[in-house]
Amino acid sequence: MPVSFENRERTLVACLSGDIDHHSAALLRESIDRMAESALPETLILDFGGVSFMDSSGIGLIMGRFKLMQSMNGAVRVEHASPYLKKLMGLAGLSLLPITIS
Amino acid sequence: MKKPLNEMTITFLSRSANESFSRAAAASFFSQLDPTLEEIADIKTAVSEAVTNCIVHAYRNTLGKIRLTARIYPDNEVYIQIRDYGCGIPDIEKAMEPLFTTCETGERAGLGFAVMQSFMDRVLVRSAPGKGTTVTLRKTLSSKPSDGSPR
Repeated sequence: MPVSFENRERTLVACLSGDIDHHSAALLRESIDRMAESALPETLILDFGGVSFMDSSGIGLIMGRFKLMQSMNGAVRVEHASPYLKKLMGLAGLSLLPITIS
Repeated sequence: MKKPLNEMTITFLSRSANESFSRAAAASFFSQLDPTLEEIADIKTAVSEAVTNCIVHAYRNTLGKIRLTARIYPDNEVYIQIRDYGCGIPDIEKAMEPLFTTCETGERAGLGFAVMQSFMDRVLVRSAPGKGTTVTLRKTLSSKPSDGSPR
């Protein structure tokens, strides 16, 4: 499974791993949404520490989870993104959204 | 046009599992140029975007063939051509606008061409509705000077 979860008080951490592309994003999206909709966290942390590759499908994944959390009055935080992933996220203008990227 | 020093072509079906296969194949071919990790990541990302476009858009809900040609030209020039025989793009300029997407269900960010343009030196798109699309990507690697002799 390319995603594992940690549920700490009101915070859901989704630890992503492997390659994120159009092929893998569909499964990640379903898993994260199912977990978030049952845990109803205030903050969803997407941990990219284990991600070896990502294309713009990963941007779609982040933006989609941002919308989901917004609909539940929650927030999204992106953690452990490599410099390369940050370059991709910067290109997509993710820094313009209220998403914390570290 | 200069003669390529080396070339390879692969043809594969528009299955999404081939997104990782095709970018790995391209990265593996260009590893003979001794690229930096960042250059390899740039190439893999651009190939992934182009191939995903074929799968998501050119052959939407159908299966077709995708042909990837990779060439090495003198002076460390990387050339990649990705060809499909799918629906074609009616308005290339519109399709290349950042955040533009025709996909309403798949959570696509509309950034495929923007990523290709940012990570490669040149992106050329030719398309004929009903016949298919050809995307050509070029990048000059800075990693090391070539002595111009393929082995």
